[in-house]
Amino acid sequence: MTVSIESPRTLPQRRGVNWEKWGWIYMRASGVILVVLIFGHLFVNLMVGDGVHAIDFAFVAGKWADPFWIVWDTLLLFLALIHGANGMRTIINDYAQKPSTRRVLSGALAGATVILLILGALVIFTFDPCPAGSPADLLPKFCGDIN
Amino acid sequence: MPEKSAGGLAEAQPLDQIKHNPRPGGTLYRGREGMWSWVLHRITGVGIFFFLLVHILDTALVRLSPEAYNAVMSAYKTPIMGLGEVGLVGAIGFHALNGLRIILVDFWSVGTRHQRLLFWLVLGLWVVLMLGFVPRHLMNVFGA
Ligand code: HEM
Ligand code: HEM
Repeated sequence: MTVSIESPRTLPQRRGVNWEKWGWIYMRASGVILVVLIFGHLFVNLMVGDGVHAIDFAFVAGKWADPFWIVWDTLLLFLALIHGANGMRTIINDYAQKPSTRRVLSGALAGATVILLILGALVIFTFDPCPAGSPADLLPKFCGDIN
Repeated sequence: MPEKSAGGLAEAQPLDQIKHNPRPGGTLYRGREGMWSWVLHRITGVGIFFFLLVHILDTALVRLSPEAYNAVMSAYKTPIMGLGEVGLVGAIGFHALNGLRIILVDFWSVGTRHQRLLFWLVLGLWVVLMLGFVPRHLMNVFGA
């Protein structure tokens, strides 16, 4: 049996920015950079020195005293969270059958993503390594020189 | 058919042949390496995403107080969490390596033709990565 299709099939003309295409490109571009950022993050936090055992408030304060790690973690936060959220959007679109379900899930995803981006950025940029009134043994050593 | 042309996405197989094909795997993305790479990529991606949501919240405790942050971090140092971290790094390791494979398949004709070989390469590199990571991490978690 042969079926003939009017040829060539023409797609409707689209105007404006092709967001799906840029999303596709973003997944790949961010992915390449994330390999470096995430493996670096895991190596420094889990493999160097005592690994997880070294992680505490003073450890974080020591890292964020260096602009290098501030930039690193900010990039990591934005690239990873937006990459993950866009991937989750794809998955919602694949499985959510009803338009209303899809709207609710996508809305919750977008809300959570924006809130966590803002929270994460505030945490990095308003960080106080020597909060007043905290026991000195929990703080990084350089707090002693300042107070 | 995948044996002949892994890259032949465009060559559609006639319908009557698919019906009589005893094995699944009639297309690039059913039942074979391509499908498993997709399933694993999706599952690890979702897992990492939910970890990241929690991880941003736990890191935010540094703004609350050193005591609060240290209390939660001490939970990350228990043996059970130590094993969870192995799982997390395993998931990230696979997602990252397979993500690079997807990129090579998309942008490089050689990658498209050898997508199946690349999948086994991903698994091989993943094993090497884990052999490097797991012993050291478990020594940190359980060790002296
Ligand atoms: C078990 C593995 C992990 C440990 C022990 C860990 C530990 C830490 C620590 C101690 C910090 C504080 C700042 C710093 O050290 O740079 C941090 C921050 C951060 N981590 Fe991780 N991390 C892990 C895995 C990951 C993964 C897999 C991702 C990405 C998907 C990630 C993303 C981030 C981000 C975005 C921040 C900054 C959070 C903020 O802006 O408040 N981490 N992590
Ligand atoms: C380590 C570096 C990473 C690389 C190289 C990478 C690469 C990729 C690529 C190439 C895709 C496919 C996009 C498509 O099919 O159009 C993808 C999908 C995805 N990624 Fe990543 N990724 C990385 C890290 C992450 C992280 C940290 C998260 C979570 C926060 C994540 C979550 C996802 C999700 C949920 C998807 C959608 C999966 C699907 O549609 O089946 N990825 N990733």
